[in-house]
Amino acid sequence: MPGQIAPLHTKVLDADARLIEAEPYYEPLGGEIALFEAAYASQIPVLLKGPTGCGKTRFMEYMAWRLKRPLITVSCHDDLTASDLVGRYLITNNETVWIDGPLARAVRCGGICYLDEVVEARKDTTVVIHPLADDRRILPMEKRGELLQAPREFVLTMSYNPGYQSVLKGLKQSTRQRFIAIEFGYPAADLEKKIIITETGLDAQSADKLIKLAHMTRNLKGNGLDEGASTRLLVHAAKLMARGIAPRTACSGAIAEALSDDPEMLRAINELASSLF
Amino acid sequence: MSSPPRSSDPRLTVAAAEPLSANALEDRLDEILDPVLSTRRTATRLAEAVAPLPREHQDFVLHWVAVIARTNPEMAYQFAAAAPQALARLDLASAEAWIIEAMDTYDRDGLYRGSAVFKNVGEFARLSRGTAAAVSFEDVAQVLQLFICGLSGRRLRLDTAARPHTDTETLFLPPSIALLPRREENFFIYKAMATLLWAQGRFGTFNVDLDAACAGYSDPERALDLLNTLETVRLEACIARALPGLAREMQKLHAGQLPDSRCAVLATPAATISDSVALLAQVYADMAPVHYSYTPVLQPERAAAVRKARLAKEKSEFQSALAQLLEEKDNSAVPPQPAERFSIQASGLPAGNGNASHELMLDGKPVAPPENVSQLMDSILQDLGEIPDDYLVAAGDGGYRQNRRDEHDPADVWKGVYHEEGAFFYNEWDCKRRHYRKNWCVLRELGVLPGNADFVDATLAKYAPQVAQLKRTFELLRGEDKLLKKQPNGDDIDLDAVIAAYADMKSGMELSDRLLTKRHKSERDLAVMLMVDMSGSTKGWINDAEREAVIMLCEALEVLGDRYAIYGFSGITRKRCEIFRIKRFDEPYDTAVKSRIAGIQPQDYTRMGAAIRHLTTLLNQIEARTKLLITLSDGKPDDYSDHYRGEYGIEDTRQALIEAHRAGVKPFCITIDREARDYLPHLYGPVNWTLVDEVARLPLKVADIYRRLAT
Repeated sequence: MPGQIAPLHTKVLDADARLIEAEPYYEPLGGEIALFEAAYASQIPVLLKGPTGCGKTRFMEYMAWRLKRPLITVSCHDDLTASDLVGRYLITNNETVWIDGPLARAVRCGGICYLDEVVEARKDTTVVIHPLADDRRILPMEKRGELLQAPREFVLTMSYNPGYQSVLKGLKQSTRQRFIAIEFGYPAADLEKKIIITETGLDAQSADKLIKLAHMTRNLKGNGLDEGASTRLLVHAAKLMARGIAPRTACSGAIAEALSDDPEMLRAINELASSLF
Repeated sequence: MSSPPRSSDPRLTVAAAEPLSANALEDRLDEILDPVLSTRRTATRLAEAVAPLPREHQDFVLHWVAVIARTNPEMAYQFAAAAPQALARLDLASAEAWIIEAMDTYDRDGLYRGSAVFKNVGEFARLSRGTAAAVSFEDVAQVLQLFICGLSGRRLRLDTAARPHTDTETLFLPPSIALLPRREENFFIYKAMATLLWAQGRFGTFNVDLDAACAGYSDPERALDLLNTLETVRLEACIARALPGLAREMQKLHAGQLPDSRCAVLATPAATISDSVALLAQVYADMAPVHYSYTPVLQPERAAAVRKARLAKEKSEFQSALAQLLEEKDNSAVPPQPAERFSIQASGLPAGNGNASHELMLDGKPVAPPENVSQLMDSILQDLGEIPDDYLVAAGDGGYRQNRRDEHDPADVWKGVYHEEGAFFYNEWDCKRRHYRKNWCVLRELGVLPGNADFVDATLAKYAPQVAQLKRTFELLRGEDKLLKKQPNGDDIDLDAVIAAYADMKSGMELSDRLLTKRHKSERDLAVMLMVDMSGSTKGWINDAEREAVIMLCEALEVLGDRYAIYGFSGITRKRCEIFRIKRFDEPYDTAVKSRIAGIQPQDYTRMGAAIRHLTTLLNQIEARTKLLITLSDGKPDDYSDHYRGEYGIEDTRQALIEAHRAGVKPFCITIDREARDYLPHLYGPVNWTLVDEVARLPLKVADIYRRLAT
């Protein structure tokens, strides 16, 4: 039919029990897999720290696949309220109906609840996870007058980036001291190269140059950049390059422009990229 | 950077464009240069030299002579003497760059160096030939700074010098480059120069004593020049391995040919400075030094001095860092066997920067050094190629303290390396030159001698009814978390609304969809900086009114809950700008603060620019959606000397306010100067100021003004 676009067949994911079927690609940086498994077995919640784009979320997907548990991710933002996490009443058919929030769903199905960028959430929100995060492992649902006891399979995890936190957004000691923390950094050069090549199929020589560029931008951290180029940005640039985009254009679009809006910083990063390629 | 007006003095330009006669020129120059002329040194010769120039150039010379004479008449004389020769070689835009360069040098290094720049117009002209495509250092400094910072682990500074060279910590680049017809190409020369200078430090050009290496030859200067050529070959090969894209462009500039076939050995990865020195002996007789457009010069003396100081400093820093590592490991203050516990193992794996990484071993096990220690190791490896055994002895943390003060380099202030203690440096805007004078004002933060806190109580008693009213007014404004009912969307069900809707439905009426409640946070996210004039002119009842006004405002702000800080400003001359801490943002409004408010006393003058710049910096360290800088003032900016009074001071203040505005700070001025209408709109804009023309009413008005401003 002219003037109409046929709807694409979009897969609707089942939010309740998102079991990851295919093994996600993940390169361990150190002992984090063993540490997470031990924490899981001991029913201790886990805090993932690290800069953006270094593989925290990928690690969670990998662990969910490995432990064969559904992964329920909540991206936190500053309007996230406690009832967004726990659940709320809605009205249908002349009566109020209780709808579980993602945290309650994860508890009920014994899944992995992953609170991404948890410091973005309002302070009062993080407090509702306290009874769940210590050895009581209960989720109080005030509005229903219920206490949910988490099954053995449930685990609470959250991530945060200590690098760019403003003075207003810290993690309270009473929250952070309930967790085992795993620190993530950018992978070492040869590992990062392996990741880029595996993810994108780029040739080894270009991958080397990309990694050099990443190190250069990481040198600029604190000199006008809040963060250096993450592994994710390198993968983006490599994907563009693997599709035949000229390296300088790919670096400018995927790395320089993604890192900064400051014209001088953009120019400096582009000059660095053009010095390498 | 905007360019200065070229039309110069209106008295001259309204006349016809006929060139001025030598006599007319002499009269004008006599008038301007009077302080430095004598019976033996007259303006006659200057005027004769300027007379043949076209009128436009004459006006240019007269304009700048007058401008420079305001700073220093001798500099103006030197300029007038050099100007005819300069204008023969430079167009007006680059002549301006030349003047600015000379005046910056004068500001920094004094009259002798400054006038040397005027005399050496040839050197300047050589680098800035063909000027439309000229690229100036200021245009590129920021980009190159970031570029070099990205390349290197070691932090390098950039500065200008007539001939490009490095002392291993600062890269000196020419003030402007115009060797090629296009701007991009000239920028590239800057980039190539900076990269080569970086490579000199990075790939160890100064790791041997270059002066000694050249001393044995009949002409040591030529030997050094030739060695420079050889090193350029070697370093370009290093750059080609690390930065192939850049090397390709560099080769375009010299067609990719080696200056001499014997140099090929230097292009191998294993070549070091020793190979260059060895090759120098073979080629000294028959090879000519080659200079590309971007070839820098070697200045071994300066580099050696800086390197030596750095080595000594880093050795002691490294050793005390090792001592700290030991302490952490053993938990004992005095390690029993400090020696021979550390070792270094080259791990063979290439690190991110391309050379073999070294691992620090303690008792035979690798330790992960903290970030600063591994940077230190990196820097030592760059200088020495290894970490010598005598470095690996942990030493107490005594060592290198005595020289710490010297490290407080003006340039470091901007990098936030140290905050407290000592002085801050701020640029100042010179409206005549239309350029900043770099690091011109020295500003110190001082405490205030506490006064008698009874003053506060007395004030509150005096204005008791007003204070009570004030508090009521401001309490109403205080933002609170409100529960909004009957909302179309929200967090929770509004049961009252649901019941009402149910009833409506049963009785056949239309159903409302506003059934939810929502929490509405109306947080005030505001930080206020109050800048109080403490100049001598506030003496007496103005000072009393100021202090009372500050107290009233504090009472209001306490009720409102906004974050606020109070600083006073004064000073005398650019070398003694002073900021008085009365209340920091993180301090509560307590007795100490109250007695400091009582202790606000008139001091000296009002050099406002530096004060605004400093307080803007402080304000920007605070996270707030809205940032206000409120100035309480009694008159125009003014200072004892430096011609700060009048236009210069007003323009500098205006520039500082523009900078503040750009940084997201909203400036506002409350003044009691009745002439404020003449200049405040120019400084703050038409609406961002207010005049309280009755001093006695200032305390009553200030809180009111704030209410209008911030709610």
